[in-house]
Amino acid sequence: MLKMTHLQKVYRTHLIETHALRDFSIHVREGEFVAVTGPSGSGKTTFLNIAGLLEEFSGGEFLLDGVNVSGLNDNARSKLRNEKIGFIFQSFNLIPDLNLFDNVDVPLRYRGFGAAERKKRIEESLTRVGLASRMKHYPSELSGGQQQRVAIARALAGSPRLLLADEPTGNLDSLMARGVLELLEEINRQGTTIVMVTHDPELAARAQRNVHVIDGQVTDFDEAPRLREVAAGNADRGSGAESGRAVGAMD
Amino acid sequence: MFSYYLQLGMRSLRRNPILTALMVIGIGLGIAASMTTLTVMHLMGSDPIPWKSDKLHYVQLDNWSADNSYYDDGRPPDQVTYRDAVALMEAGKADKQSAMFKLSLPIQPENKELKPFRSLGRVAYTDFFGMFEPPFKYGGPWSHDQDAGHERVVVLGKDMNEKLFGGQDSVGRTVRMDDIDYTIVGVLDDWKLRSRYYDLTNGAFEDPDEFFMPFTAAIDLKQRSTGNNSCWKSSGDGWDAYLDSDCVWIQMWVQLDSPARLAEYKSFLDSYVNEQKKLGRFPRPLNNRLLDVNEWMADQEVVSRDVQVQTGLAFAFLVVCLVNTVGLLLAKFTRKSGEIGLRRALGASRREVFSQFLIESGVVGLSGGVLGLALTGLGLLAVRALYSEYKTVAHLDWTMIFVTVALAVVSSVLAGVYPTWRACRVQPAAQLKI
Repeated sequence: MLKMTHLQKVYRTHLIETHALRDFSIHVREGEFVAVTGPSGSGKTTFLNIAGLLEEFSGGEFLLDGVNVSGLNDNARSKLRNEKIGFIFQSFNLIPDLNLFDNVDVPLRYRGFGAAERKKRIEESLTRVGLASRMKHYPSELSGGQQQRVAIARALAGSPRLLLADEPTGNLDSLMARGVLELLEEINRQGTTIVMVTHDPELAARAQRNVHVIDGQVTDFDEAPRLREVAAGNADRGSGAESGRAVGAMD
Repeated sequence: MFSYYLQLGMRSLRRNPILTALMVIGIGLGIAASMTTLTVMHLMGSDPIPWKSDKLHYVQLDNWSADNSYYDDGRPPDQVTYRDAVALMEAGKADKQSAMFKLSLPIQPENKELKPFRSLGRVAYTDFFGMFEPPFKYGGPWSHDQDAGHERVVVLGKDMNEKLFGGQDSVGRTVRMDDIDYTIVGVLDDWKLRSRYYDLTNGAFEDPDEFFMPFTAAIDLKQRSTGNNSCWKSSGDGWDAYLDSDCVWIQMWVQLDSPARLAEYKSFLDSYVNEQKKLGRFPRPLNNRLLDVNEWMADQEVVSRDVQVQTGLAFAFLVVCLVNTVGLLLAKFTRKSGEIGLRRALGASRREVFSQFLIESGVVGLSGGVLGLALTGLGLLAVRALYSEYKTVAHLDWTMIFVTVALAVVSSVLAGVYPTWRACRVQPAAQLKI
């Protein structure tokens, strides 16, 4: 699904060069739930920006769902991003003057779906996150957990194959965080690949695979997918084999 | 996507009402200032009779002194002499023709409750009506026979008929002017003239003529023009000497229905002047001119330089307003960097962001245009109140309404190009912590 090989990312000013990623290689297979951890400034966010086609890289190779993204222009990158990637942000990033329906509608507009198709998808995604009854409400009328659910609905509406999440529970209390995490796990079980950046070891422990980044390099990773530890009160929801996912090691 | 961007633009205007108001007021003021002056200039200079302006020609003959030209740049006099006017009328070489001059006469109403008053009118031949096509409410023009018979007949303007006869059909009745009774043969309806283009030598924006009478009858009664009169040598003593002099005081118009007829008439004028040269007149080289309506209006600078300068200044003011709008749009779009980054992350290309924000600029312009239109209406009202000579041209027509709104939208879209370009350059990653 996502394969980066010897990736380099250098930020240059007229005074200094900063190597945000160096010789960065990772292979995330379809259907995996990968947690990326590391200290602040280690390059996690840069990795996620590049994975989301929001930033260019300086060297190496990046294949997204088999497409080499190096030579793509802005239009092609935007199209690929719109069709294949969903984003979940720590601070939700909902547009305050659009109601929930219109917020979820944003990526679908750029996808070029007709009105009926968009309506169907919006209703389905909001139903999936349990907010179908509030689609005419505005973000300010919702709790943080509900706003993050809307952001997840927005990410899912276009049926992306890859979900990129940055500290998705970072702004939530533990109860809300648990709800959001369970939702992500369910989404992953249904086949969507998830790459999640987090500082929270407990959260990372629930991913199939952990990748640790320090100084722009992958320093530690799980060789094999683990059984996902399940939140208290929940039964085991199976391994990668159970859910039919291909799982593998870092390249 | 256009309607989607339009909806977003409208929402965005409502989101920041103060910023929006500043932009809309700025554009509205700039548009109003430029459109008020542009409207006056446009209507002053617009073709007053578009369906035949290329057929009506103003005759100029250079009978001026051998030592000095009439104008420094060599253009011939603006009017012709009586003897030339009559000679051209008698030759009858054009499809229609009329010599004419301005005349002021005292009117002595039948109704004794009305005091006598002075009125401005026009002395002409009957072809005047066929050439310039004023609308008749009652009756019609006098005939060629009445021209030839020097008959004392008159066509009244609508206001004069209103004043003297309460707007009733007065055809057949008489009106007493300067102690002479004239029989009314026709009454004009509202003649909406933007400029009195048939007599630019006496001011394009004077009040409309209130009566029209036959040239031949007026000359019989020794009526002198109350318009401009120029002589390059003494006109001699007495009425006959004046008629025979080289003083120019008559306007001469001809209608020539085809380019061939125009060429023929030019040739006729040249022959006429060459004949006159043999009689010792026309000492200057051949310098006849036949300008059509628009050429004649340009020659006489109907759109004055003052108005042109005012229009230029008003457009400079619009530019200042637009620069202000550029700054406000920059501020507005900079505040929206987060949303731009988000939209980019959700799949909007730079081109789509560019379209969205350019359309938002257009929505600001459209609102400014509507405000500008209202302010232009007020501006023109002020022009009419302050400058009575512009009252016929200080009106919005459909063309200018369209131009006002289009100018507002186009200029605000142009003002939006740089802020929009900046908005497109937003790096989504820098705006989003994903």
